[in-house]
Amino acid sequence: MADITIIVNGTVHQLSVEPRKILADVLREDLGLTGTHLGCEHGVCGACTVIVDGDAVRSCLQFGVQADGASVTTIEGLSSADELTAVQQAMADHHGLQCGFCTPGMVVSITALLDANPDPDDQQIREGMSGNLCRCTGYQGILRAVRQAAEARST
Amino acid sequence: MKPAAFDYVLPSSVEEAVSALAGEGDRKVLAGGQSLIPVMAMRLVAFDELIDLRAIDELKRIEITDDSATVGAMVRQATAEQHQELCAAVPLLGQALAHVGHFQIRNRGTIGGSIAHADPAAELPAVALALNASMEVAGQSGRRTVTAADFFESTFTTALAENEILTSIRFPIWGPQSGFAVEEISRRHGDFAIVGTACGVRIDNGAIAAASIGLFGMGSTPLRAPDAEALLIGTNPGDVDLGAIGTTAVGDLEPTSDVHASSEYRKAVGANVVAQAVTRAIEEAQRG
Ligand SMILES: Cc1cc2nc3c(=O)[nH]c(=O)nc-3n(C[C@H](O)[C@H](O)[C@H](O)COP(=O)(O)OP(=O)(O)OC[C@H]3O[C@@H](n4cnc5c(N)ncnc54)[C@H](O)[C@@H]3O)c2cc1C
Ligand code: FES
Ligand code: FES
Repeated sequence: MADITIIVNGTVHQLSVEPRKILADVLREDLGLTGTHLGCEHGVCGACTVIVDGDAVRSCLQFGVQADGASVTTIEGLSSADELTAVQQAMADHHGLQCGFCTPGMVVSITALLDANPDPDDQQIREGMSGNLCRCTGYQGILRAVRQAAEARST
Repeated sequence: MKPAAFDYVLPSSVEEAVSALAGEGDRKVLAGGQSLIPVMAMRLVAFDELIDLRAIDELKRIEITDDSATVGAMVRQATAEQHQELCAAVPLLGQALAHVGHFQIRNRGTIGGSIAHADPAAELPAVALALNASMEVAGQSGRRTVTAADFFESTFTTALAENEILTSIRFPIWGPQSGFAVEEISRRHGDFAIVGTACGVRIDNGAIAAASIGLFGMGSTPLRAPDAEALLIGTNPGDVDLGAIGTTAVGDLEPTSDVHASSEYRKAVGANVVAQAVTRAIEEAQRG
């Protein structure tokens, strides 16, 4: 077991984890933050996307021990309980979700995308979202949601 | 939790990493984890010990001089992509990085990890080969330099000995009147390429003075196209027969057929991809 300290959504946690435990499982099992979803568990689907020290990353492709000392934001940390972010509101408005399994990863990726590039063009949105798979929506609603969120965040 | 159990070590110097790697049992270096962790999750591989290089400052440096840019092995792909001075000095690197996976992958994946992994469909090994980069390597018996031409031996296999690590990659800088382009065919943006090319052209006194064509997805390693390069050198940019360049570049190659594409498709498309990339590189070189 390895002792690690991580800040998750602003709260400091001291944990003892097996080195082989991926960050997603640390978040879900040790901290009960089940908003981060695991689809493929080998880096393809993007459902597990979280923000580590400001970077959107796949939490299935990082061991918890590698996040020792890091600050992590999960889907639970993006908004308060009774308020939606512009990205979350846009996903609701445009039916950017059906079953919702991919949605936490989508929302985290869209948020990171717009933080880095507040006014992306269509091509940049498509490239930026290419790392998140959705088996339900057909993506059009998600792309529209990114556009609306970009506008809403700029006003 | 799918990977098999392992011990985790976090050395703070290259020397510590190298001696950890030389210990008993199956040991492996962990860089960005974007290729290693998937194969561990699938239990295709298992190790007694993983040696994480993330705390070694020496491996995160970027140094640019008049004639070369040296990139530490642990420089993240996203860091390199956003490093304006580096992308200006070695444009082919910046152009290729935009094709590597997705931004979330590049936020963790490293330059050295991609090159040490030596996936024949990966962009960065082909860039290293096209630019005649040199690999700086450290082992228990000291440090050595391996040229890109000698580095890539086969699929996922390099000249690195079992107890050696890649410390940095030195890319020569081509200077003015040169142009570069990366072209590839993949099913979706961010997927590994089915076939692609990274090439560079330098013009001097109105004629092509240097030409370099790197290919990926066309064999068990990244490849150069020396005959096509020879056709370009000495030619006036306006007289280049692009069709001949493309067909010569893939001429005697025998790429594999797999679920993604047949060998014939790879060659046919490869010829076109080379022609397009060379066109763009020449245009850029002509702009100065
Ligand atoms: C969904 C997805 C899409 C991707 N798409 C692409 C793509 O289109 N093009 C592409 O090129 N790549 C792609 N990749 C792979 C990605 O670029 C990896 O980051 C890269 O290949 C490996 O770098 P890493 O730092 O993550 O290395 P790791 O995964 O940590 O290591 C890879 C291998 O290299 C060894 N290694 C790493 N660093 C060193 C070193 N300094 N010295 C010695 N050995 C070392 C490791 O031991 C391991 O065997 C993709 C990955 C994913 C998950
Ligand atoms: S669960 Fe991490 S990318 Fe699919
Ligand atoms: S809403 Fe079901 S996978 Fe995207």
